[in-house]
Amino acid sequence: MTRAFALHLGVLRAVLRRMFASRLAGFLNILAIGIALSLPAGMYLLLQNAQGLVAQFSGTPQISLFLEMNAKAEDVDRLHKQLAQHPAVAGVEFVTRAQALEQLKQSTGLSDLIGGLQQNPLPDAFVVHPKPGDAQALDMLRGELAKLPRISEAQLDSAWAYKLEALLRFGRMGVLILASLLSLALIAVTFNTIRLQILTQRDEIEVAKLIGATDGFIRRPFLYFGAAQGLLGGIMAWLIVTASLLLLNGQLGALAQLYASRFVLHPLSLGDSLSLLLFSVYLGWLGAWLSVARHLSQIEPR
Amino acid sequence: MISFKQVHKRYPGGYEALKGVSFDVAEGEMLFLTGHSGAGKSTLLKLIAAIERPNSGSVLVNNQNVGVLKGGALPYLRRNIGIIFQDHKLLFDRSVFDNVLLPLQICGFDHRESGKRVRAALDKVGLLKREKSNPIALSGGEQQRLCIARAIVNRPAILLADEPTGNLDTDYAREIMAIFNSFHQVGATLLISTHDESVLQDGGVRRLTLKEGVLQ
Repeated sequence: MTRAFALHLGVLRAVLRRMFASRLAGFLNILAIGIALSLPAGMYLLLQNAQGLVAQFSGTPQISLFLEMNAKAEDVDRLHKQLAQHPAVAGVEFVTRAQALEQLKQSTGLSDLIGGLQQNPLPDAFVVHPKPGDAQALDMLRGELAKLPRISEAQLDSAWAYKLEALLRFGRMGVLILASLLSLALIAVTFNTIRLQILTQRDEIEVAKLIGATDGFIRRPFLYFGAAQGLLGGIMAWLIVTASLLLLNGQLGALAQLYASRFVLHPLSLGDSLSLLLFSVYLGWLGAWLSVARHLSQIEPR
Repeated sequence: MISFKQVHKRYPGGYEALKGVSFDVAEGEMLFLTGHSGAGKSTLLKLIAAIERPNSGSVLVNNQNVGVLKGGALPYLRRNIGIIFQDHKLLFDRSVFDNVLLPLQICGFDHRESGKRVRAALDKVGLLKREKSNPIALSGGEQQRLCIARAIVNRPAILLADEPTGNLDTDYAREIMAIFNSFHQVGATLLISTHDESVLQDGGVRRLTLKEGVLQ
């Protein structure tokens, strides 16, 4: 066990030495990988923040319940209690028809027209603030409340939430496509790097085969190299994203102040950062594996 | 130890290197393989290490038909055979020491144990003082001896040498033959291809002579 570990450690040391020997070319590779990965990672981060922002500002969608015109005061009281005790309801406000008319006058500027009406056409209403839930749960709640006695209509004011969710889904799909394409680019970069390495180490591979090296032995340093390059590329991507975030937050602070609000972009979470690194390690390893599988068999000693 | 039965080898392009070669080498035997260049000496050695495969006939090494050996089994055959190449096949990107270390790394030897073995092998060929040099700084004879050190460090049962004294003057050639003799004495099986008359003077050694792919 310790011997096997020491062998792998030895391979890793040799790989790092080789990386250090061609550090400029290696750095450029790592930079290319880092930039390629930072684009989808950065977009993902912006989406995450947008989602947080939406949750913060929308609070919860509202359900408006319009009562029948002939509802009496005791009906209103009973409904009010019933709604307040409902497990999916966070809060309830009662809006009388007189208040509603007053609001309409003020907000639409149609006071002359409304003043000309013989009677108030608006019903009494409850504004229900549901507890947080997904769109489907809200719709079910709306249906349930609509069936209460003396309620003529229930409206869910969540059309904009649907739109936003659709927009975020669109954004996420965009990130997914971009990430897939740039992952291919990362694999291609590693594939080519390893191909060049195999070509320059042709003699060594040939001699190693002649004196009894297994394919695994020959393959191992290249796979380690691919994985290590992927890891460094991932770290580079993380640094690019985090540095960009800090720069943006500086500007955002000034902007938020103008709107008298406090808003900052949150950095990648620990879990997301680890995922990024693991993913880039895996892609580097995969690119190296493909390259080795393709090129190693072409070198046969003569 | 090594047994050829009616071995034919034809290269792509139609050139026939070996035509129905049969012979046996006993365990611990030392054997010279002679003949003009192009007679098929190198091909014969390559068949033993399965670097080339016969078109017909069988090549047995340790009762194993190496002509039909699968790719995955090749490394383990070759670990048992030390090969001294005509063109040395040394690696110039590393020191003398690391060149000799390579076979031990391949077999997964422990670090300290392999250091001892490398020095013992270098000592045997008289290159211990040059262990840190790059092989490019060595003379032709020294490079040849380095190649020998690499072939023996793993203590293989069989040693194959392809023209080990080619291009060397008589003194160097005699040194190298002395090294081979010492291996013979500790029980290794040796097959040495050469057309060097001064080497062939060595008495009591069986000789196989190839002429245009046929054993004489």
